[in-house]
Amino acid sequence: MTQNGRAKSTDPIIQIREMHKWYGDFHVLSNINLEVEKGERIVICGPSGSGKSTLIRCINRLEEHQRGQIIVNGVELTNDIKNIEKVRAEVGMVFQHFNLFPHLTILENLTLGPIWVLKTPKKEAEAIAMKYLEKVHIAEQAKKYPGQLSGGQQQRVAIARSLCMHPEVMLFDEPTSALDPEMIKEVLDVMIDLAEEGMTMLVVTHEMGFAEKVADRVMFMDFGEIVEQNSPGQFFANPQHERTKLFLSQIL
Amino acid sequence: MNQPAPARRVQLKPPVTNVGVLGWLRSNLFNTWYNSILTVLALALLAWLIPPLVRWAFIDSLWNSTSEACRDIDGACWSVIPNNIKFIFFGFFPQGQEWRPALAMVMLLALVFYSKERSRWKKSLGWVWLASLVIMGILMYGGILGMPVVETSQWSGLPLTMMLSFFGMVAAYPLGVLLALGRRSKMPAIKSLCVVYIEMIRGVPLISLLFMSSIMFPLFLPEGVTIDKVLRAQIAIILFTAAYIAEVVRGGLQAMPRGQYEAADSIGLNYNQTMRLIILPQALKIVIPPTVGILLSAFKDTSLVVIIALYDVLKTTKVALSNPKWTGYSTEAYIFLAVLYFIFCYAMSSYSRRLEKELNTGH
Repeated sequence: MTQNGRAKSTDPIIQIREMHKWYGDFHVLSNINLEVEKGERIVICGPSGSGKSTLIRCINRLEEHQRGQIIVNGVELTNDIKNIEKVRAEVGMVFQHFNLFPHLTILENLTLGPIWVLKTPKKEAEAIAMKYLEKVHIAEQAKKYPGQLSGGQQQRVAIARSLCMHPEVMLFDEPTSALDPEMIKEVLDVMIDLAEEGMTMLVVTHEMGFAEKVADRVMFMDFGEIVEQNSPGQFFANPQHERTKLFLSQIL
Repeated sequence: MNQPAPARRVQLKPPVTNVGVLGWLRSNLFNTWYNSILTVLALALLAWLIPPLVRWAFIDSLWNSTSEACRDIDGACWSVIPNNIKFIFFGFFPQGQEWRPALAMVMLLALVFYSKERSRWKKSLGWVWLASLVIMGILMYGGILGMPVVETSQWSGLPLTMMLSFFGMVAAYPLGVLLALGRRSKMPAIKSLCVVYIEMIRGVPLISLLFMSSIMFPLFLPEGVTIDKVLRAQIAIILFTAAYIAEVVRGGLQAMPRGQYEAADSIGLNYNQTMRLIILPQALKIVIPPTVGILLSAFKDTSLVVIIALYDVLKTTKVALSNPKWTGYSTEAYIFLAVLYFIFCYAMSSYSRRLEKELNTGH
């Protein structure tokens, strides 16, 4: 088991080196190399089944990689559960299907992590939760249950829930794919706010408008490989690979 | 969104399909020709059955008389119950000491009744429970404060039934939950242990477990060591019920979407926290209806302890009826017992329905 010391602030916050992953015999991710600087916003796109969700799910160990290294904020992900829990507490994740806890109120959804993982006193945790609920424009729903909210509201709550853990990095796994069109904007607006405040973000999405607006880097994945990455301007105007061109022609 | 519909559109009332009693009758009892026939037949059947039943149970019946007086009537002889109530309820508990189990039962029922509000589930209530259980034990067993010792072999009747079922349920539930978690464990040793346990227990009838506990088990104990017979029966009931609860709870755990585990993982909760705070509260809620089914059968199955010569309330009733004075009035006595069992079971199932409603958060 290797555990690197705390990274210097100039080190990349996420380092992935020669990482491979298999589902059984199926080689889902092949030779992934990725470095993410603090404050960087990366949009990952690609056809379905290309491994983009799997990649970001490896970063907080919802999926296990079989070869290579993933180092998050100086902690390498191995089978050591202590390291995994440490990384998970520092990395926020927003899911396609929100995954709020339906038996808890919105406020309880938000305070759960701070109270049980960060050991924040309840009062303080509630104050933090209210602050983030206001940030995502939904403070008036604090006493309600997730089932009483619309999809867009639920996703904003899910973002606030992650933020309550004061994450170093936020992962978004197709955060708007399960939403009705009129709700997509309210979620994207919150994400844009977040990006403007300097949050490190990895976003798997098909919202190319969002990518153009906030991404520092757009990454295209296909068949489990990172095919191409570039600044959004270059990526959309001047794609290098045939597969990228084909993909862009299909979605734009 | 939960906003009311905009006021500018005129809100129409839903259509009124039937008005008044006649409308209700027409739409529910006589809406088609075959429903009309069924209604008439059902009414005829009731008219044929109900009057004689009422006559037997209430008009021609005696409620508090001697057995001789009962010989002269055609109706029900409910007198069998008040005349034998002491024995039916308390069995072989020593004469003059019946107030002790009676008080213990009242305490238990009062506590259960008080504990039904979830807002009262506090630490202090736990201490009250603990203290009360000790007091109930002292009341039953005696040996201090001038109360003569009553061996467990003399515990019988309703207190025995209530004790076996209450502790059976209360202990079997957490054990069942642990077994269910164990069966889904990633650790092969724990998993196979739980699978073997659950499948073995479910593979045998309760009666055989009771037999084993009363006849086989003592053979394996070293010389001079004895474990109380009531306790052995109690453990057999707990072990048996737990295996069934475990499978029901496992069903609930499997119904949990993977996203709940992932969301819990992603905010850094560990296994214990995930289970306690996220998974179990939802899974146990889903399985309230089948769980209550199992608890109800466990309650009723306590009457099987009769085969290892424990006298539960059903057996004490039988014994009372074997008195030549009262033989022949078993119908009345069994109706009384049925009502008694029904009250307990109905209370449990309606409480569970209330709990389901309270825990519903609209998802």
